Amino acid sequence: MKYMLMMNCPRDGYDKFGSMPKKDIEGHIAFMIDFSKQLGAAGELVGAEGLASPLQARRVRAGTDGKPITDGVFPEAKEFLAGYWIVDVASPERAYQIAAEASAAPGLGGKPMNMPIEVREVMAGPPKDL
Amino acid sequence: MSSESLDAAADRLPGSPVAILRDWGFLRDLAPQVLGAVVRRFRDFAACEDAVQEALVAAAAHWPREGVPDNPRGWLIQVALRRMTDHVRREMARRCRESAVAAETHVVVAPVLYSEPDDTLVLLFMCCHPALTPASAIALTLRAVGGLTTAEIAKAFLVPVATMAQRISRAKQTIEASGVPFRMPDAAERGQRLNSVLHVLYLIFNEGYTTTSGPALHRTDLSNEAIRLTRAVHQLLPDDTEVAGLLALMLLTDARRAARTGPAGELIPLDEQDRALWDMAAVAEGVALVSAALRNGPPGEYQLQAAIAAVHDEAARAEDTDWPQVLALYGVLKQMSDNPMVTLNHAIAAAMVHGPQAGLDLLAPLAADERLSGHHRLDAVRAHLLERAGDRRGAIAHYRAAAEKTTSLPERNYLLMRAARLCEGL
Repeated sequence: MKYMLMMNCPRDGYDKFGSMPKKDIEGHIAFMIDFSKQLGAAGELVGAEGLASPLQARRVRAGTDGKPITDGVFPEAKEFLAGYWIVDVASPERAYQIAAEASAAPGLGGKPMNMPIEVREVMAGPPKDL
Repeated sequence: MSSESLDAAADRLPGSPVAILRDWGFLRDLAPQVLGAVVRRFRDFAACEDAVQEALVAAAAHWPREGVPDNPRGWLIQVALRRMTDHVRREMARRCRESAVAAETHVVVAPVLYSEPDDTLVLLFMCCHPALTPASAIALTLRAVGGLTTAEIAKAFLVPVATMAQRISRAKQTIEASGVPFRMPDAAERGQRLNSVLHVLYLIFNEGYTTTSGPALHRTDLSNEAIRLTRAVHQLLPDDTEVAGLLALMLLTDARRAARTGPAGELIPLDEQDRALWDMAAVAEGVALVSAALRNGPPGEYQLQAAIAAVHDEAARAEDTDWPQVLALYGVLKQMSDNPMVTLNHAIAAAMVHGPQAGLDLLAPLAADERLSGHHRLDAVRAHLLERAGDRRGAIAHYRAAAEKTTSLPERNYLLMRAARLCEGL
């Protein structure tokens, strides 16, 4: 079964991350690279992407003429999606375990950041018994 | 057979044909010649291109077991023509299914097989047709001229195979619809069309060298492929100085590949690279190419960029770089191109020769340039120059602004690290 693990960060998350001391940024990046490597080696990683800063983000709706109406950076948003993993695992428990490991990624002073990770099952094709 | 099922078939065959296609470079060198011969016969570019891919896969499956035939090109052409004949028969049968004529229809394949030496070039002109978007032209060029499978191209661009298959198939439809004949463009049109070809090759190289997506900084397959194709064009047009310039630029840039990233994939800037890791054979070849090109006529943009890369590559240490020479070359380039990236690099060179303030002065008018607004390079260069001018706080702010804007993960990490390093010294 596939799960999407969504890493959310608070509004000022990107700024805070960039303001950490060099060794903490390095530690965080090394953790993330290693984390993806391990998921890949375990045959559980389907895909992962980190999203660019929300600075350029736009919310788009279709106008009555079908043309895009864009909304600038959203003042009301408290959280942004910072990145995601899609994993293929044997059980939901395994997905939660992976999410917990990601949540504990080191931040300031090498302490676990405990970021909230939203875990959602990905819709699959036809049921297996068909 | 659609591209997807072809790739699926390729993966199921023994001996991993995809890997063989890659290892047997000569097989892929033959791809455009074979395609040229088949298109000459059947005209239907889209179907011919599929037939040639099937022939390549068949070769990769048979040759390891049965040995390479005496005339590999003839073998591939025969197989591709047979596939095309089957395809035409099926099409005819489909069209006149009700008619008894279908059963009697024979498609005669004449035994004389020929391909022109410049088929590779004609194909490149087709695949880099200005009617195509760059992304489509790149994909089609890699498949039809480079002989890569759809799966390999999809992997190189980190998109699903089905997406890439669709992109290639739509590109082929656009070519069909545009009615481009399979022949060399006439002299009047040729220069313009060659520019499009060189631009597509340049984009393929850059995509491999500075990947715009994914965590890794290089995708060497694409850089190698761009160099291989540009080399082929250079062999066909040895007197074209811009083709030579582009090949030189690629070689001189690619020569630094091993030094450009650290053990964890992090970006290492030119002045901090371990120059012992540079590929000096590639540097020598690039320098020879660009020197000869510059002697043979007025310099073009690729030659100037190659000449600049050569100046960097010929410095044994970063501090030995002949910056006045680099500055002069950018000065010439700036007159030929209104690309703001050139102005940016010109500013860096000016800073190296006349001090950081000279560079910052040159950057000032760029803030109003719409093409650069929101581009991280302007912030990154300003940050570097402010750092050199001793304005740490200003540098930190611009490094961070650049990190927010770049979409390259290694580059973002590099910029954040520069800012963090300066912060520690405050």
